[in-house]
Amino acid sequence: MTGEQALLPVPGFDLAVHRARIEEAERRMRRSGWRRHLPQRWHLVLMPLSIIMVLPFVWMVLTSFMTDTEINRIPPTIWPHHLHTGGYSKVLASSDFPYWFLNSLIVSGAAVLAQLVLCSLAGYAFARIQFRGSTVMLILLLATALIPFQLTVIPTFVIFHDIGLINTLGALIVPQLTSALGIYLMYSFFQSFPRELEEAGRIDGCSRLQVFWKIVLPLARPALAALGIITFIYAWNDLFWPLIAITSSRTFTVQVGLTTFQGEHVTHWSAIMAGTVLTTAPVLLVFLVGQRRFVQAITGAVKG
Amino acid sequence: MATTLDEATIARDANCRIRRSGNVAGWAFSFPSVFIVLGLSFIPMIWAAYLSLTDSNLVSAGHFVGLANYAALSKDPMLRQAFENTLLLAVMYLPVGLAAGLGVAILLNQKIKLIGFYRTCFLVPFVASTAAEGLLFGFIFDPDFGIVNAGLQAVGLPRQGFLQNPSQALVVLAIVYFWTQFGFNIVIYLAALQDIPQEVLEAASIDGAGKWSKFWHVIVPTIRPVTVFLLVWGLIDVFQFFDLVYTTTKGGPLNSTLTLVYYIWELAFNFFTAGYGAAVAYVLFFTSLIVTIAALAYGRRRRVTL
Repeated sequence: MTGEQALLPVPGFDLAVHRARIEEAERRMRRSGWRRHLPQRWHLVLMPLSIIMVLPFVWMVLTSFMTDTEINRIPPTIWPHHLHTGGYSKVLASSDFPYWFLNSLIVSGAAVLAQLVLCSLAGYAFARIQFRGSTVMLILLLATALIPFQLTVIPTFVIFHDIGLINTLGALIVPQLTSALGIYLMYSFFQSFPRELEEAGRIDGCSRLQVFWKIVLPLARPALAALGIITFIYAWNDLFWPLIAITSSRTFTVQVGLTTFQGEHVTHWSAIMAGTVLTTAPVLLVFLVGQRRFVQAITGAVKG
Repeated sequence: MATTLDEATIARDANCRIRRSGNVAGWAFSFPSVFIVLGLSFIPMIWAAYLSLTDSNLVSAGHFVGLANYAALSKDPMLRQAFENTLLLAVMYLPVGLAAGLGVAILLNQKIKLIGFYRTCFLVPFVASTAAEGLLFGFIFDPDFGIVNAGLQAVGLPRQGFLQNPSQALVVLAIVYFWTQFGFNIVIYLAALQDIPQEVLEAASIDGAGKWSKFWHVIVPTIRPVTVFLLVWGLIDVFQFFDLVYTTTKGGPLNSTLTLVYYIWELAFNFFTAGYGAAVAYVLFFTSLIVTIAALAYGRRRRVTL
């Protein structure tokens, strides 16, 4: 490491020679082996650990393809004899699972669309437009992060009950339309956004909404992707509020529906595991595709 | 002279117009979000404060009972149990969760192959739904058909009750919870480690610092704000522990896994004692608020003295 400082190019120094010296130093380091051996032996720690992390999911998938007799055998079967899809057909045919899945898709989809629009509008306003009361509002919005949902849930239920939203998907969508976290994510993104482009748009006679829609939003795609992924995962996984707001089976989300399996299918573990596979699959798919953005979003939200 | 005056007026006019248009646009852009977020947090919060002073049963408004709910709180053995269980969870999970998170983050921060693969593996339990994971671990730790007991039996150890044993259930939940949250700690620590300027570590090496002293005297103090954040976050999260309890033990056996939020949910939506539930929720709120402020104050003080 200290060698690198000595290798800094001196003004007038030949760059090719400089590069050659760096390469020579790297080769020496590689030969001495510290870069190869020292970190790589940690795979012995990391590999078992990471396998333990995903092993329960592997077991979940394996069990979902077993027959109930295979599962109930003592000692249990590790590998299904053949791909038995009885659990899946049981879940899909003899429960309201298809409804739940569709409901979850509707709620999460609506949440994503609404947050992309509303959070970016609000985040842009707080980051870029000077208006009366903006600072106070921003502080109030961020302060809501300190209010646990468990405190507000009882009156929220009463409010939604009074306006007749309880037991409808509307009760699940309305609280997800926007979020303090989403506003904050977009706010911090727009703060580091180059001003010149918007000014050029304004001079060309665009209204603020046109500037936002035609210039700002297309360039905000990375932040929007991160926000969309986080919102989807959060909305899809939510259990507490849907459990309270929904009472009829056809309006359940997958998470709530899944919990009803507990008592009902006590011995049908293959069906329960098939249900959990179908429930986790969409989120894991979104996560695997957008992992980089997801990590950026959660670390970005912390650093700010 | 006249022209400069004109220019000043024009500038002031333009300025005024821009500010006015800013007011309109700013409010128009932010109003929907502000309305929904504030409307669904501060109004219910104040309402909950009022509810906690009534004997509301969720459906009807109930009568004003003054501080009776809060007086009953102090004599409620269930609440005491829920509080103890929640604290126990925090004590079991937080130190291990943070230390292990930092440990793995340090390993991943080296120039190591497969880092993407590892990060994915560690994050998957954090991303997947806790409800599904609760069901999954209910199965894995099932006393009769679970794979863990089968494993224990295979190596000649006695079978365990796990989630059905009052003295084991909370520990099992803490382990599952660790498994779900571990990846988050790793990712946050990893981002913090990557932000440590390389020069600082080099300077420490030049001064003759070994690996351990670099860890204790450079890395740990530098990332202390992140540790404080993860601590606060973890505490708030433990205080809201619900999904895993609901999908595994439902607070049992013998209330050994009853947590604060599970108790609030039971009070309000199972026993229909919404007024009392609101009072418990307020106690939870103030406790977590005090803990948060204390942790933040501690973090700030330590950063200054460094």
